[in-house]
Order: sequence, then C-alpha cells, then structure tokens
Amino acid sequence: MSNNGGGESSVRITIDGFSFKSVEMNVADSAVAMNNLLGSEGDSQRTLYPYVTGTSVVGIKYKDGILLAADMGGSYGSTLRYKTVERLKPVGKHSIIGASGEISDFQEIMRYLDELILVDNMWDDGNSFGPKEVHNYLTRVMYNRRNKFNPLWNSLVLGGVKNGQKYLGTVSMIGVHYEDNHVATGFGNHLARPILRDEWHENLSFEEGVKLLEKCMRVLLYRDRSAVNKLQIAKITEEGVTISPPYSLKTFWNFAAFENPTAGAVGSW
Amino acid sequence: MDFSLGDLNAPHSMGTTIIGVTYNGGVVLGADSRTSTGMYVANRASDKITQLTDNVYLCRSGSAADSQIVSDYVRHFLHQHTIQLGQPSTVKVAANLVRLLSYNNKNMLQTGLIVGGWDKYEGGKIFGVPLGGTILDLPFTIGGSGSTYLYGFFDQEWKEGMTQDEAEKLVVKAVSLAIARDGASGGVVRTVTINEDGVVRKFYPGDTLPLWHEELEPKDSLLDILAASSPEPMVS
Repeated sequence: MSNNGGGESSVRITIDGFSFKSVEMNVADSAVAMNNLLGSEGDSQRTLYPYVTGTSVVGIKYKDGILLAADMGGSYGSTLRYKTVERLKPVGKHSIIGASGEISDFQEIMRYLDELILVDNMWDDGNSFGPKEVHNYLTRVMYNRRNKFNPLWNSLVLGGVKNGQKYLGTVSMIGVHYEDNHVATGFGNHLARPILRDEWHENLSFEEGVKLLEKCMRVLLYRDRSAVNKLQIAKITEEGVTISPPYSLKTFWNFAAFENPTAGAVGSW
Repeated sequence: MDFSLGDLNAPHSMGTTIIGVTYNGGVVLGADSRTSTGMYVANRASDKITQLTDNVYLCRSGSAADSQIVSDYVRHFLHQHTIQLGQPSTVKVAANLVRLLSYNNKNMLQTGLIVGGWDKYEGGKIFGVPLGGTILDLPFTIGGSGSTYLYGFFDQEWKEGMTQDEAEKLVVKAVSLAIARDGASGGVVRTVTINEDGVVRKFYPGDTLPLWHEELEPKDSLLDILAASSPEPMVS
C-alpha cells in the first residue's frame, strides 16, 4: 500500500509564493518534468486534476419551463466506476442544477448552494432566489476560485422558472457563463448542440422536449466513451421540480453497413 | 516499470484490494494484506481494515502513510463526537469526517477509502470515499489496484439482500481472485463483519483460499510428489 507509482519517494517541501510558470505550461509537453512538482503536492495554490468525473449535461427550454438531462455515470479515468451518481439536483424552489466534472467538487457546490438557499429562507421576507440569482452566485464562486488557481473542476448547467420567466444558463470551471435556449457541457457541446440548433424551437411540448433530449443522449451514448446507459431527466416549471427515476435508452445497431464492414476490403476497419 | 509518468490525469493505481458489501442485517468489509514499497513486499500480513469506533471500520488503500493518518484523525474526532453525543456515532458521520479530510486535503493525499459499519438508525451502511473526496452511499464498493479485476465479477455476482454467509463468501472469493491477478495484492484475506450484534474479525490464510486458473495445490516438496507417483527415484 506504500506509494509505489513511478518510484516517487521525494519529500515535498512547501514554499510560500507560487510557481506561476508550472501551471501555464502545456501538460503534455512538461508532464515528465513536472510530474514531481505537480504530483502529490503540499502547495494548494496549484491547479488540481479531477478524479471521479461526470460527463455531459444537456438542457433545453420548452413551453412550460426547462428540461435537463444527464447520465448517472461517475468515471474514474477510463474506468466507468460508479453508475448511480445523481448529477441533477434541485436548488431551492425555482431552479435545478446539472453538473459535469469532478463529483467531489459538485458535492461541495451543493453544500454552498444549500447554505445559500437556507440563508435566503431565513430572511423570511417573501422573496426567494430565482435561477438568475443562483446562476450569478455560481459564476462568482467559479470565477473567484479560478483566480486563485484553485478551481472547482466542474461545468454547470443552471435552469429554472420564476414568475413565468424561463432561464437556462451555464458556468464553466473558469467562470465563463452565458444563457441560451439550449446549453450543454463537455461532449454535449459538440454532439448535442448541433442537433438542438436544428431541431429546437420555441414552445416545444413536454413530450417533444423529452424526445429531443433523448435523441441527444442517445448520440452521446454512442459516441462518448464516458457515457453510461442510465440517465435521468429533470423538469422544472412554475409548479416545481421533478427528477425522473433512472432509466436506460434503447440503442440501434442493425445497419447493414455494421454487419460486415470489412467484407469489401479485408483488413480494413 | 511500466508506469506512465506523463499521464497526470490518470488516477494512480493503488496497491491493495479492498471491498465493502452490505447484506441483510449488516456489512462485510474485506481486504488483502500486502503492503509494498516498489517491488518489495514490506509487510505480507498487514491489517488494512482499521477500527474507527466500536461500530464503524475503515478499509484503507493507496498510500499507507496517508490512509493511516486520515484514520487516526477520524478516530480522534469520532471519539470526541461519541463522548459529546452520548451514544455510538452513525456510519454517515464517520464517513463524512473521512470525506472532509480527503476533500480538503485532496492535493496532498493519495488514499482511497471504504467506510463500513452498523448503526441503529440506518442499519448496515457502506460509503465509498475515492481519491478527490467524493462521498458515495453504495450497497457495495470495491477499491485499490486489485479492484480493477473485480468489476466484472461483481457485475455478475452481486445481489441485493444476501445472507451474512453469502456476503462473507462473496467477499473472500473476490479478494482471492484479485490476489491471483494483482501483483500489488497478496497475503491473507481479512474480513470484518459488523451488525447489530457487534463485530467479528475473520482471517483466511493463503492456503485456505480456493485455487484459480493455473494455480496448483501447494505441496511440501517435489519429493512427496515423486514418492506418491512411484516408489522409484527419478531415472533418466
């Protein structure tokens, strides 16, 4: 059980003041040289790396509110280690959050949000934080952590409805934030958003919205290595939040071209 | 050695196999007993299942030093908590203390932990606290470098609501399978079973474990084999 990876046995001496340079360097180039510095470190001012991660979150506005979808996978490097991780959570009465990236940081964000909502409730002034406010709070948290070179390694989707106003936004680990009619994190940006750009329209019904999200999630299942076939869809309307029970999607493999792809060119792939 | 120093983002593989499973009435924790420094086996009979309280135990993997210090701190805090609370701590509290230390020191620590125990409110509980300090409430979990060989095994063999005997047998079989294939796991299989009646430690020395593929029945000496097959000595 003693650390036996790569023969590291050096004693780490921490020095005040930070090595700005090592963070800037391209990880791939400097990996070997930097490994001893960026390895098990005592200097909490360095950028970390994620361990247990969630993959894409996809969100759309629809007629009555917002729909969010995310699978329940917690990957550990290339291993699909955990398959019951809930990455969609309600926030107060008016919002839902979906997170990708490091799960421990998401759990910490939920603790911050629970405290935010608690204090908001304690004012007992008839007002409660809507999605805009929560999104702004998250943006500030993420950006300020980024400025200290100690980010929360997540990309977040925040959606909600308050007083009839629908809101859907996203925040990245470096504080980049924006709102749109449809948003996604990670692979979802590359695979889901093109589908949504083509097929999303104002006033989707609930059924149309769910089908559209499922279309996106199916493509992600086919093409994202860290996707798992167990997902949840969350709905938020003026009435409140519902998060579906976990379920799986059917996949289609019955293309003629799939059956014997190398028939025409033996040895090809 | 074939460790890739360049891949910073790949989780470090940790020498050990640790397992925690819930069953109908409690939990069974299991582990191998090998502690290695590089290629040398520093301790072939380590105890990786550490007591936190009377009713909560911790399976340790990864850096021996890191996991020991975390368990010492958590034992200390839990002891104080028990005094203040006036009754045994819950498994959830113990797991959260482990999480706090793991999460807040994530830059420095390299240890994956499994917290398991029994309390009167929720019965038998297993919590996984992998690298990074995520906390996950799970019906069973596996950890350490040997666990990579067990994902398929558990996908097939795990079932909800086992009896104590089924659960113990499953854990012992699993650890022994991992030991067969993982160089960083070995020695004996230790299990700790925790339920409302208390805690029972069991010890399965290497020679009591089943034999797997290409493993032969251990003998005292070649001479016994020769004597058994023919009374004549070897001839050429």
